[in-house]
Amino acid sequence: MDMHVHDRRRFLALAAAAATAPLLTACGAGFGGDDKKNDGSAAADVTGSFDWKREKGKTVKALLNKHPYTDALIADLKSFTEKTGIKVEYDVFPEDNYFDKLTVDLSSGRASYDVFMLGAYMVWQYGPPGWLEDLGPWMRNSSATGDEWDQADFFPNLLQADQWSLKAGAPLGQGGQYALPWGWETNVVAYNTEVFKKLGLKPAESFDELREVASVIKKKAPDAGFDGMYGIAVRGSRSWATIHPGFMTMYARNGLKDFTVTDGKLKPAMNTPEASAFTQDWAGMVKQGGPPSWTSYTWYQCSSDLGAKKAGMLFDADTAAYFQAVKGASPASGKIAFHPGPKGPDGSLATNMWIWSLGMNAKSKKKSAAWLFLQWATGKEHLRKGAITYNHIDPVRKSISQDGAYKDKMRHLEGFIDTFEAVVDQTKIQFTPQAQFFDATTSWASALQEIYGGKNAESVLNGLASDLATKVS
Amino acid sequence: MTSLTETDHGAASREEGARQVRAVPRWRRGLRPYLLIVPALLLTGGILYPFGLGLYYTLFDFSASKPQPDMVGFENYRTVFTQEAFWNSAWVTVLYAVGAAAVETVLGVAVALLLHRSSLIGRVLEKILILPLMIAPVIAAIIWKLMLQPSVGVINHLLKPFGLGGVQWTDTPTGALLSSIAVDVWVYTPFVAILALAGLRSLPTSPFEAAAVDGAGWWYTFRRLTLPMLWPYVLVAVIFRFMDSLKVFDIIYALTEGGPGDSTVVLQIRAYLEAIRFQRYSFGISYTIVLWAVVYLAAMVLVRYLGRLQNRAAEVSK
Repeated sequence: MDMHVHDRRRFLALAAAAATAPLLTACGAGFGGDDKKNDGSAAADVTGSFDWKREKGKTVKALLNKHPYTDALIADLKSFTEKTGIKVEYDVFPEDNYFDKLTVDLSSGRASYDVFMLGAYMVWQYGPPGWLEDLGPWMRNSSATGDEWDQADFFPNLLQADQWSLKAGAPLGQGGQYALPWGWETNVVAYNTEVFKKLGLKPAESFDELREVASVIKKKAPDAGFDGMYGIAVRGSRSWATIHPGFMTMYARNGLKDFTVTDGKLKPAMNTPEASAFTQDWAGMVKQGGPPSWTSYTWYQCSSDLGAKKAGMLFDADTAAYFQAVKGASPASGKIAFHPGPKGPDGSLATNMWIWSLGMNAKSKKKSAAWLFLQWATGKEHLRKGAITYNHIDPVRKSISQDGAYKDKMRHLEGFIDTFEAVVDQTKIQFTPQAQFFDATTSWASALQEIYGGKNAESVLNGLASDLATKVS
Repeated sequence: MTSLTETDHGAASREEGARQVRAVPRWRRGLRPYLLIVPALLLTGGILYPFGLGLYYTLFDFSASKPQPDMVGFENYRTVFTQEAFWNSAWVTVLYAVGAAAVETVLGVAVALLLHRSSLIGRVLEKILILPLMIAPVIAAIIWKLMLQPSVGVINHLLKPFGLGGVQWTDTPTGALLSSIAVDVWVYTPFVAILALAGLRSLPTSPFEAAAVDGAGWWYTFRRLTLPMLWPYVLVAVIFRFMDSLKVFDIIYALTEGGPGDSTVVLQIRAYLEAIRFQRYSFGISYTIVLWAVVYLAAMVLVRYLGRLQNRAAEVSK
């Protein structure tokens, strides 16, 4: 009997040990990190003359965000398969959870997707852990890249936005090319010409004027026949995406910085007296002329309010207004005009941008085929078709922005081409590249909401800066 | 002779039986109890393995920017507890959980009392009442987000005749928290009501008949009879709802994203932001481990109280 009890105990002890062993083994495996380090690029394996059919019969998997640019890509995929013999399988997710899906997938270290859409800010997050393939060696290898791809045709500021040395605070345009510009957005003011005409308003040339115009519209438009119209639609949700369009553009035009870099060390600068005053004024503008329920506003609400004649102005991506402005798209279509927006005190039109880029998974097993896909998707042929036949506007290539057919298509939108040309050279990423970008900007959006709610800007921003100082140091 | 034969036959069958028993080797018989506990072991392992791994990860500085992490001991927990953001989130989480569980309990019991009076309306309401439970909380939150929208939402439209059409429900810290609790109440009050109703239907009728004969009023009967007898059932609902509310994520995230400011950033949202959005894995897991400890302790206290109540009820009924 005793022996039996002893056996059971021993069995349980062994079972517990067996259960613990894989746990410890797994822990010791190094957190799922990659074991085999290979500094040489797979691009070096591609030799001989360039051939679109080189990877015929392969399948590339793509992760895409639901977007009109994506619709244009999907509509033209057949051309890619005909050209290369490569099939493309794709998953499309809405923006609300697209980046979470991508982040989780990349951090798992699997190669579920060979290529994916990302923004330049994501390079700062995905680059340092080694999840993104450096596309530089592919671009430089003439066996892998055809002559017609023509790297010099890209707007240089766009190509540089996806280049980084992976060092916090180091400027963009140096180091690896971690993604390719594919579609972009510049942040400008779009306005309802009907309400401007009726109220005798002109697009604002300074920030003070913008605040004034927003306030006047909110006060007077409802009595002028625009029921429920407010002045200006800007984003307000507790998300990094609130900071980067209109807010960061106006912030940069005022010569303000998010961080200062001294000897490679970052110091938060969003709490300087000038930055605090600007932030207070921005929150005041939203309070006086912004939408009700602003704290939940994403670009979807901003864009649809402009289209539904609920907003007199929109300070956001030009595409957000474009999709409402095209014929038949919304009640306001045909009555939306574009303007570069207020200048800074020194006349600056510095503009923050968003780039939808395409990147390659560093763990992909089909890098050569994936590179052919990236080359095609960012090539002249597809992008020209996207811009002219579909809604892939704001070309990343100079040749397409100057193409007669493209200009003809955009000409009927009042001020679009002039605005695009006025800001294109001054549009770049106005943030300081660093891996804590999403924490910093989400906290910044949260601070902005608190200031909008009535808290003192200086004390809120001082709190934000001291919290961020420890995180980015 | 006959009896001898019968005895022989009996002996033969005993021998046969013994042979059959012997036919199963002893080691196999000995193994049976262990085989029976295999599913339980697998289940326990399936729960403990990820939990243990998570716990282990919290001892490291593990993030996307540091895929080969250093052991830092309890540093993550020290940072969590010294962060103002943590205490803010803990406070919001407690406010939310207590608020939601309290309102759901009161409303749930009230609804159960109404439905307990058998009537056609009661039976119809019983069917309707269960509908919110069939909707995923995140969908319910999105529906409510649209309904609470100040300019186009139906709630302000309905309140307009009373001069309250311009309420910005989720734009103020208090409004956002109350709106989130309201959605939780909308989704989960039926759960409490169903449990309370089941309890009401299982109560003995004789004490109520005696109270009626003695001329006891409704309020007296409710306070002295119904509520004390129903309390163990209600407490089960409270335990479930309180623990669930401490772990809330979906409703708040879909409704307010944690804003305005940090006013509705509960511990779960903080953990999600840290671990997924900002990719500080160890730190994010530390938040969830702290939350787990809080939920575990709260559940332990409540379950012990429930046990005492049930023991008392068992002694009374002896």
